[in-house]
Amino acid sequence: METILFSLLNGVIYGLLLFMLSSGLTLIFSMMGILNFAHASFYMLGAYFAFSFTQVTSFWFALIFAPILVGLLGALVERWGLRSVHQHGHVAELLFTFGLAYLIDEVVKIVWGKNAVDYRVPESLDFPLFELFGAQYPAYRMFILVVAVGMLVALWYLLKRTRIGLIIQAALTHPHMVGHLGHNVPRIFMAVFGAGCALAGLAGVIGGNYLVTDPAMAAFMGPIVFVVVVIGGLGSLEGAFIASLLLGLLQTFAISIDANFSDFLGWAGVTATSELGSISISSLAPMLPFLLLVLILIVKPTGLMGDREV
Amino acid sequence: MSTPALEIAGLHKKFGPAHIIRGVDLTIAKGERHAIIGPNGAGKSTLFNLISGYFQPSEGSVTMNGAPISGLPAFEINRRGLSRSFQVSNIFANMTVRENVRCGVLHSMGYGYSFWRNIGNLRSVQEKTAEILEKVELLDKAHVPAALLPYADQRTLEIAVTIAGGADVILLDEPTAGMSHSETDRAVALIRKATEGKTLLIVEHDMGVVFDLADTISVLVYGEIIASGKPEDIRGNPKVREAYLGDEADQQAIGGAA
Amino acid sequence: MTDTATPDFATLSPSRGQKFRQRVLPLIALALILALVPALSPSRTVYSLLNAVGINIVFALSYNMLLGRGGLLSFGHAVYFGLGGYAAMHAMRAIEAGDGLWSGFPVFGLPVVGFAAGALAGAVIGWPSCRRAGTAFAMISLGVAELIAAAGFMFASIFGGEEGVTGDRMNGPELFGLSLGPVSEVYLFIAFWTVVGTAMIFAFTRTPLGKLSEATRDNPERVQFIGFDPVRIRYMVFIAAGAFAGLSGGMAAVNYEIFTPESLSLHPSGFVLLMAYIGGIRYFSGPILGAVVLTVMQSMLSDFTEAWLLYLGVLFIAIIMFAPGGLAGIFHGVAGTVRRDGAGRAARSLGLKAAGVSLLLVGLIVLIEVVIRWSNGYGEVFEPFGLMLETGSVLTWVLVAGPILGGAALVRFVAKTDEGGA
Repeated sequence: METILFSLLNGVIYGLLLFMLSSGLTLIFSMMGILNFAHASFYMLGAYFAFSFTQVTSFWFALIFAPILVGLLGALVERWGLRSVHQHGHVAELLFTFGLAYLIDEVVKIVWGKNAVDYRVPESLDFPLFELFGAQYPAYRMFILVVAVGMLVALWYLLKRTRIGLIIQAALTHPHMVGHLGHNVPRIFMAVFGAGCALAGLAGVIGGNYLVTDPAMAAFMGPIVFVVVVIGGLGSLEGAFIASLLLGLLQTFAISIDANFSDFLGWAGVTATSELGSISISSLAPMLPFLLLVLILIVKPTGLMGDREV
Repeated sequence: MSTPALEIAGLHKKFGPAHIIRGVDLTIAKGERHAIIGPNGAGKSTLFNLISGYFQPSEGSVTMNGAPISGLPAFEINRRGLSRSFQVSNIFANMTVRENVRCGVLHSMGYGYSFWRNIGNLRSVQEKTAEILEKVELLDKAHVPAALLPYADQRTLEIAVTIAGGADVILLDEPTAGMSHSETDRAVALIRKATEGKTLLIVEHDMGVVFDLADTISVLVYGEIIASGKPEDIRGNPKVREAYLGDEADQQAIGGAA
Repeated sequence: MTDTATPDFATLSPSRGQKFRQRVLPLIALALILALVPALSPSRTVYSLLNAVGINIVFALSYNMLLGRGGLLSFGHAVYFGLGGYAAMHAMRAIEAGDGLWSGFPVFGLPVVGFAAGALAGAVIGWPSCRRAGTAFAMISLGVAELIAAAGFMFASIFGGEEGVTGDRMNGPELFGLSLGPVSEVYLFIAFWTVVGTAMIFAFTRTPLGKLSEATRDNPERVQFIGFDPVRIRYMVFIAAGAFAGLSGGMAAVNYEIFTPESLSLHPSGFVLLMAYIGGIRYFSGPILGAVVLTVMQSMLSDFTEAWLLYLGVLFIAIIMFAPGGLAGIFHGVAGTVRRDGAGRAARSLGLKAAGVSLLLVGLIVLIEVVIRWSNGYGEVFEPFGLMLETGSVLTWVLVAGPILGGAALVRFVAKTDEGGA
C-alpha cells in the first residue's frame, strides 16, 4: 500500500517536473514552429546556475534568479542565433537547436567539470514532512509539488487572463495569423522563447537537487520531454499536461514493480533464468517513453490532444 | 453516346461543420474542353482535389472512363490517366527543368521505382522529355534549376510536368493566374497545343481565357453547380449574372468578355 | 532554341566527355589516391586514421541518401551501422568457428553481410517510420534509436553487453592474398570497400529511384500526381541508406574486431549527422569532405585539446548559421567567385574574409583554452608560442577581445563591400 501511495506521489512530482519542461517546449513550438532540441539543456543550465548561486548566496536567491538568467540566455539565443537561421527552413532550425544542445553540453563540462556537482536540497527544507506506514516522506518533494502547482496556476492565469496570453492563445490555434495582429512578432518570439527557457530553468533549479546535477542530465531528460510533447499532441498544453503526468506515473510505477518477464511469460516456457525471462520490468522503465512514442506516432500521429500532425 | 471521360455523381465534401461541396453532378465527354468558373471560395479547387484523389469525398462518386476512381490514392488515379496542375506552382524546385519533366515522364515509360538502371541511359525517357520540352518551348532552359525560372516559365513547367505522363484527362487549376497579357496569350496557345485530342477540365478566373478555350462551361457557386452549358448560354444566363453580382471584378470580367 | 528541327535527346544529355569528366573521373581519382597511399609507406597511426576515414566516408554518404537527397532528417542512423556491424561480427565468429557454410566465407566479404543486415533492419524499421516525413520522421528515428540502443545493453547474448562482441579477422579463406593481419592489408580492404561503396551510392543517385527521391524531398505532394507513392519512395530509399550504413558497419567490424552497444546509440548517430552537414548535404562530395575533416579532427585535435567537441559544436553552429552549403558549398562558392571576378579581385575579398575568420578563431581558441585550464584548477597555464596566458593577465584578455572584435569587424566590412559591389 505505501509503495503505491509513495509511487503515486513521486510519479506526480516527476510528471509535474516534466510538464515544466514540456509546457515551455509546447509554447515555443506552437508559436515559432520550432521543436527546440536544446530545451533540456536550458533545464540543465538552470540546475548548474542554481548550484553556483547557492555556493555564494542562498537557495532562495537561486530559485528566483537562476530561471531569469536562463530566460535571458534563451532570449539572446533566439535573437542572435535562431532568427538568422529561420530563413533556411525548419530543418535548419531543428539542426541549430541540436547543435546548441551539443555546445551547451560541452560548455557545462568545461565550466563545471565532467562529474556530478554537489547541488543539495537546502537545509531549511531537508526534513521529513510526514510519516506514512512507517516510511518518511521528505519535505522537499512537497516543495517541488507546491512550486510546480504554483507555476501551473501562474501559467494558466497568464494565458487566460492577460493580453499577451490572448495573443499566445491565438497563435496556438492559428499559427499563421499572429503576424496579422499588428504585434511585433519577432519581439513576441524572443519573449516566448526566453520565457519557455526560463520555465525549463526553473525545473532545473528545483529538479537538479531532487534528481542529480551532472552533464548528462540534459541528454537524459531531453528525449523524454520530446516524447511528452509528441504524445500529448504538438501545440496542446492540455495534452502536454496529461502526457507529463502519464509518463511520470508510468515510469515511477514501472521502477517499483518487482517482477520480470518470466512472471508474465511463464506459460510460454520463458523461465527466470533465460535471457528474456530475467529482464525485469523496472529495467524497462527507461525504454517505456520511447516505446510509447513510436506507438503513438504510428497509431495516432496527432497525439492525445493535438489537432496538428507532427 | 460513348463512355464519358469523367462522370461525377452526387459529390459532397465536408470539413467538420463546413460543407464545401454540396452535391455536384457533372459529366464530361471524351475530348471535351470544360471550364469551371465561380466566385472565390466556391469550392473549385476543392472539387479538383476530390477528382484527383488529393481529398476523399464525404459522399458521392467519381468515375473515369467507366471505372470508379474515388477512394483510390492520388498516384493510382494518375496512373489511370488523370493528371492535374496546381494553382500555386508546385514543381521540384531544386531540380532542373529537364529533371522535372523527366520525373513526370518516368512512370508512363514503365520505369517504376527502379534502382538498377542509369536514368541517363533510358533512351525513350530522354526522347520523350526532349519532345515535351520542345512542345512547351522550354528546351533552351532545360538545365536551369526550376526555382530560378521566371514566374511565367514556372507556370509553363507546371503544365509540362502535368502533361508529361501522357494522361488523357488533364485538370488545370488557374494556369494563367498572375500572368501578363502577352504571357496569358502564349499560355493559352500552349494549353491548346498540349491538350490536343485530350479531355480538359480547367478552373480559371480570366474570362477571356475561359471563353477562348472552353466548349462547355459550368458555374460553381457555394459548392453547387448552378448552370452548365455552351459559352453563349452561360453568358446570357440570369442566374449566373446574379451569382456574380456580389463580386464586382468578376462581373466586369464577364461583361468584358461578352 | 536549338537549331535542330526535330527534338534530339542527345543535345540535352551531357556529352560523353562531360559525363566522363563529371562522373567517372572523380571516382577514378579517389581510387588512385587511395591506391597510391601505401607507396608513401605511412606509419601504423596514419593507416588506422585512414581506415577510420574510409569507414566514415561510406557511413556519411549513406546518411546523406536520407538527409541530402531524400530530405529525411534521421537522429538514429547509427542503428543500421551498428546492426550491420554486429551481423558482420557474428559472421566473423562463425568463420572462426568454421560453422558450416561460413567456413568458406572470406572475411574480406563481410561488408556484404553488413549490407544485407542493414537493408533488413531498414526494411523492418522503415515500414512504420517512412509513412511520415519531416519532424515526425525525425522523432520516430530518435525513439527507435533509443529503443534499439537500450535493447542492445539488455540482450547480452546478441550484443555482448557492455564489453561488446569481439572477433578475429585472420580466419577463413583469404581473398586477393590478403591475410588481413597487418594494418596495411586492412587498409587495402577498407580502400576497396570505400571505393565500391562510394561508386554504388553515386550510381544510386543516377537511377530513376534516386531522382524520384530528390523529387520527393522537394515536393512529396506533386510526386503523387506524377504517378508515384511518396511513402514507397521514402521506404525504398530508407532501405538503401540502411544497407550502405550496414556496409560501413561491416567495414568497421573487420577493422576494429569489436562492436559494443554504444555503436547503436544516439552519439554516433549525431556524429554522422555532423559529418554530413558540415561537409555539405547538397553536394555529393560534401559528406566525403565532412567525413575526412571530422575524422581527422577527432583523432588529431583530441590530442591537443580536451575541448575538441566544443570546437566541433562551434563549427557545426557556424556552418548552419553562415554556410548552409557546408564545406563543399564554401569550396563551390570560392570557385564561383574566382570564375566571376577573376583571381585578383577574388583573392582580395576572399583573403580578407579568411583573415577575419582566422582572427575570430584565434580569439575563440585563446578564450576556450584559458577557461579550460582555469576550470580544471590544476594551476596549468595556456602557453602558446611561449606566451604565458594566465587568467589574471591583461595580455590574455587582450588576445581574446582583440582578435574577436577585429575579426568580426573585418568580416562585416567584407560582407558590406561585397554587397556594395554586387
